[in-house]
Amino acid sequence: MAPKQSASAPVRKAAAKPAKKDFNGGTIAEFNKNDELSAYREMLLIRRFEEKAGQLYGMGFIGGFCHLYIGQEAVVIGMQMAMKEGDQVITGYRDHGHMLATGMTARGVMAELTGRRGGYSKGKGGSMHMFSKEKHFYGGHGIVGAQVSLGTGLGFANKYRGNDNVSIAYFGDGAANQGQVYESFNMANLWKLPVIYVIENNRYAMGTSVARASAQTDFSQRGASFGIPGYQVDGMDVRAVKAAADEAMEHCRSGKGPIILEMLTYRYRGHSMSDPAKYRSKDEVQKMRSEHDPIEQVRARLLEKGWATEDELKAIDKDVRDIVADSADFAQSDPEPDVSELYTDILL
Amino acid sequence: MPINILMPALSPTMEEGTLSKWLKNEGDKVTSGDVIAEIETDKATMEVEAVDEGVIGKLLIAAGTENVKVNTPIAILLQDGESADAVAAAPKADADTPAATSDASGGKARESADEPTAAADSKVPAQPKVDVAADPDIPAGTEMVSTTVREALRDAMAEEMRRDPDVFVMGEEVAEYQGAYKVTQGLLQEFGANRVIDTPITEHGFAGVGVGAAMAGLKPIVEFMTFNFAMQAIDQIINSAAKTLYMSGGQMGAPMVFRGPNGAAARVAAQHSQDYAAWYSHIPGLKVVVPYTAADAKGLLKAAIRDPNPVIFLENEILYGQSFDVPKLDDFVLPIGKARIHRKGKDVTLVSWGIGMTYAVKAVAELEKAGIDVELIDLRTIRPMDLPTVIESVKKTGRLVTIEEGFPQSSVGDFIANSVQREAFDYLDAPVLTIAGKDVPMPYAANLEKLALPNVGEVVQAVKAVCYK
Repeated sequence: MAPKQSASAPVRKAAAKPAKKDFNGGTIAEFNKNDELSAYREMLLIRRFEEKAGQLYGMGFIGGFCHLYIGQEAVVIGMQMAMKEGDQVITGYRDHGHMLATGMTARGVMAELTGRRGGYSKGKGGSMHMFSKEKHFYGGHGIVGAQVSLGTGLGFANKYRGNDNVSIAYFGDGAANQGQVYESFNMANLWKLPVIYVIENNRYAMGTSVARASAQTDFSQRGASFGIPGYQVDGMDVRAVKAAADEAMEHCRSGKGPIILEMLTYRYRGHSMSDPAKYRSKDEVQKMRSEHDPIEQVRARLLEKGWATEDELKAIDKDVRDIVADSADFAQSDPEPDVSELYTDILL
Repeated sequence: MPINILMPALSPTMEEGTLSKWLKNEGDKVTSGDVIAEIETDKATMEVEAVDEGVIGKLLIAAGTENVKVNTPIAILLQDGESADAVAAAPKADADTPAATSDASGGKARESADEPTAAADSKVPAQPKVDVAADPDIPAGTEMVSTTVREALRDAMAEEMRRDPDVFVMGEEVAEYQGAYKVTQGLLQEFGANRVIDTPITEHGFAGVGVGAAMAGLKPIVEFMTFNFAMQAIDQIINSAAKTLYMSGGQMGAPMVFRGPNGAAARVAAQHSQDYAAWYSHIPGLKVVVPYTAADAKGLLKAAIRDPNPVIFLENEILYGQSFDVPKLDDFVLPIGKARIHRKGKDVTLVSWGIGMTYAVKAVAELEKAGIDVELIDLRTIRPMDLPTVIESVKKTGRLVTIEEGFPQSSVGDFIANSVQREAFDYLDAPVLTIAGKDVPMPYAANLEKLALPNVGEVVQAVKAVCYK
């Protein structure tokens, strides 16, 4: 994101051409040692949590659909680093990472995945439907694109109340083709609502590549007809995400209306647990993992700059594994909801 | 301690599969994310990734083995410093791998034993009963003011907006145009453009914006120019507004009202003439209100705006201009979920709501002349439905007819008829008759439109039939 760009001008910076999605451009935030260590730890927590969720799914402890966030960790962590208290987050069904990023507990999320009473929704929502009023996390939505209108409504509430909070509505390249996204864009800029639309372009809507589903594959330009500025961001580099997020926050908080950030990212796992991912080559996945992994990037910088030793990183790794193991133990031992919960929370 | 790698379930329904290929051999080092095997489910061939780091100590299931049950150990992973020799001595269960067996504390994986049995079915807890308060008493001497339904609705919104700054109205033409049907007349002038908001023609989008604002704690009144257009927004109404409270374990819901004219107006044909009462009545998490009189419209809309749940408020264009007495009180609020006995009678129970009441009222007058004393119940709320009032009446009269404008299949009347035969079968002296609109899209031609709607004659005939007269 070019720092000198006038925020109201819906013009994409020249450095990020649609065809050039090789993650080598864009502004990056200066990270100090603490930023790097914090980003490393938070992203690792999501990675290990998701791996454990995958394992528990394989063992039958988690049922139904389960969409893992592995590979995309830098997006939510970079955004979160630019947020302030009261800013709202809403997303679709690939939501575990977003929840952990907002500070929701690994125990509460994992127990929801296993459908237990200690889960965030008492076991009644599951992987795709989880919320935390306390952490301003508004779901967890299973209908592709619905969270975009809802997230616009969260921004509406901020404007109505006259506070300077910002709503961050995450959605994927697949949801970006839903009609209500554009209905929302129109209202958001018409009413100058403080909403950051974060399009997590992981290149595949389930099994359909962006090129096979989208006439305009540069998603940062999807707000052009409504005058919403948009930028492409290297979503594999947490520093680039943070830099873009900072500018987007400033744009929204100063009353200029919504903004679009297209995060160029990648999911390593299938769409859901039962997806064999035959629509892409193993080499493609391997290349992303070995050359662009968001966690390995931070790890390499930490070691290179002497900000952490292998042993110190191992200690973080162990801490994270312990949190995840504890959440998994809790999620298996916590009882299922009481049968009386069948009829609660339908109406107030 | 060595870790058992288990046969994974790779779809919501998988119980067993074929271990088609090993990609790692005994002695190979693996790190998390490495693909170690390929497994064929009933749907696809899937790769299995290692979760933990270590060295493959032993492959327990040979490549090509079919029908390997989920959670069967398929390999043993050695940790730092462990040797393959230890494997033979290693117990099958281990502390690092979650146990797959079930126990009373709820630590159970998906397995066929979880399928509900006939015995378990009967243990489903009963739905709790909710008591609904009766209508408030109207003090003797209260002035009654003749008011149109349109004015009553506007007054209800204005009063609630004065009372609570979180209440706002949004919809097409609600502000500057003063309402497509003039229901929001004057609200812009009193409350300003921040609280009376004209939206673009974008039902799906603005319904979602309204639900999002409600989830954030505001109390939107979302006006649909007519409910026909709310079909564009049905996903946000059902999947977001109605279900969020349940899916969030009670943390957040959608305290809001979706309102607007519903059902047939006059000569606007199939796409603009549908009654959605039965549709919305199907959905747990919604309340559905269908007022007939101006007093009910006012008292129930005020209640709907205050209600912490999403309320579908179905008005009717033809009723907007009709006048009824409305008590002049500072704060006239009626209970949602309570029927009103419009006329007491002893021979037969007639149930209706909304515009259906116009047929019912005329039929009752005609039947009175024929010597049949009808008890007419105005349901007012379709969900939650005040069935006790209906059933009590049927226990007295032994006969029941319902009348609505909606389509006949899976109609609201069908639900009432079923409930009554279940709860009061022994009291019935005749089959329950349900009158609905005809099973056709609404025609445009005046004569056909008249035929498609119910008519007073049908009601009279049905009531006479259940009275065997």
